[in-house]
Amino acid sequence: MTEEIIIAGFGGQGVLSMGKILCYSGVMQGKEVSWMPSYGPEMRGGTANVTVIISDERISSPILNAFDSAIILNQQSMDKFEPKVKPGGILLYDPNGITRHPEREDISIYRCNGAEEAARMGAIRSFNMLMLGAFLKIKPIVGMDNVLKGLKKSLPERYHNLIPQNEKALQRGMEIVQEVKKVEG
Amino acid sequence: MDEEYVLMKGNEALAEAAIRAGVDGYFGYPITPQSEVMEYLTAAKPWERTGMVVFQAESEVAAINMLYGGAGAGKKVMTSSSSPGISLMQEGLSYIAGAELPVVVVNVVRGGPGLGTIQPSQSDYFQATKGGGHGDYHLLVLAPSSVQEMADFIEDAFELAFKYRNPVMILSDGAIGQMMEKVKFKPQKTRRSDDELPGWATTGKTPDRERNIITSLDLDPYRQERFNIHLQEKYRKMEAEEVRYETFRTEDAEYLLVAYGTSSRICQKSVQLAREEGIKVGLLRPITLYPFPKEPVAQLATQVKGMLSVEMSAGQMVEDVRLAANGRIPVEHFGRMGGVIPAPEEIVEALKQKIIGG
Repeated sequence: MTEEIIIAGFGGQGVLSMGKILCYSGVMQGKEVSWMPSYGPEMRGGTANVTVIISDERISSPILNAFDSAIILNQQSMDKFEPKVKPGGILLYDPNGITRHPEREDISIYRCNGAEEAARMGAIRSFNMLMLGAFLKIKPIVGMDNVLKGLKKSLPERYHNLIPQNEKALQRGMEIVQEVKKVEG
Repeated sequence: MDEEYVLMKGNEALAEAAIRAGVDGYFGYPITPQSEVMEYLTAAKPWERTGMVVFQAESEVAAINMLYGGAGAGKKVMTSSSSPGISLMQEGLSYIAGAELPVVVVNVVRGGPGLGTIQPSQSDYFQATKGGGHGDYHLLVLAPSSVQEMADFIEDAFELAFKYRNPVMILSDGAIGQMMEKVKFKPQKTRRSDDELPGWATTGKTPDRERNIITSLDLDPYRQERFNIHLQEKYRKMEAEEVRYETFRTEDAEYLLVAYGTSSRICQKSVQLAREEGIKVGLLRPITLYPFPKEPVAQLATQVKGMLSVEMSAGQMVEDVRLAANGRIPVEHFGRMGGVIPAPEEIVEALKQKIIGG
């Protein structure tokens, strides 16, 4: 199993930390992982993205041009990464702020109203965990027990009181994700 | 599940490994994309764990000269920086090579010239492998290609530095410094006690031995020439004994990619992609850039039809590949510059255009 994922959105949406938690979950499950961020001026206020790879084998390139899965959190990222999903791959997005919805016919498309739901739950900062939950519902590449271990490892101890709230967000994301279109991968 | 592994950035892994290797002192000055090294060290407070000194110097020039002093006293000392900062250190490195002192310098390369960019690059190959400062000298250069190697190479670098009394450079880049992978550390080593210091260290003259003098100055041309001959003998010994490299799917290869560091990781993917199209490609990854793995390249030049050196530069290592292949087969370069990282597909395309179709 090798899953090549791009997570992309605005700086501040928790893109990089979502990737880190996913990676740490992979480590906990005994997988090979890599986390390659865009860094520098791009990150400051603009778009942020991270390439995450989780695999049973030694990972070759941590930098990719085509992805099995894309988690898209803003319009710029939709424009940039929709064309880079491999045929048969999946695209998960939050429609909040999206003006042009995905149009590809050869990939599976999923929608999760993460930002809206996070606000409704009074946990705006758990938005990224809602989206991660939605992704893991579609692609259960790591077990929920290991996701919780990964979450614990990724968060500094002073934030461990937030783990139950994040766990709830993960569960909620799994419940509310909607299939827009499915193609056979 | 594997509890022993932790997820870390390359820069952080390097810093933790330095503490565990029993390093005596780190002297540095912050610069992107390398700043996490000192950031991690100051947060980890190794002075409480092992007694290791961590010091933010007033500049890179000061940091490298602190290394000269610390190494002269026989201590395991290191610094890290990124390209513009490493340029500032070149005078000090030349003096350290001339004084035959063991130090470890880490370059997390960014694009240049000048202040350039903070994005990853491999355009400091010439500077790292051909001397960098003035005079006939070489650094021994190790090129990690993963977060695990960022950690592992620290201890190797110090071993080599003390074995040869020569500065060793770990030539990394912004991608490896900034990316996270899982890493496993070796157990904590105790720092050397003052009784375990090498015999040449300037620790204060005692009645039972001659004075130890560390200098790079000798105004007598004949003695200076003898010293230079000695340095050259040292480099020939490194060339004979310290070459490291790895190969990937070269057994049946008809074409060869040569790449180090981040590029070598991308090239592994390119090899897979090309082989899916039925093109038999292999990869040779130099681990030591100086000494360069000439013999294995020369050997493969009798097997393959052409070689492509893939670097994030305008083409620097390609010169060493050409020298080693010695005209037997076509050797071309493909690279991106200024902080752009090539995609695996681009490399396959370049191989087709420059080597297979050429």
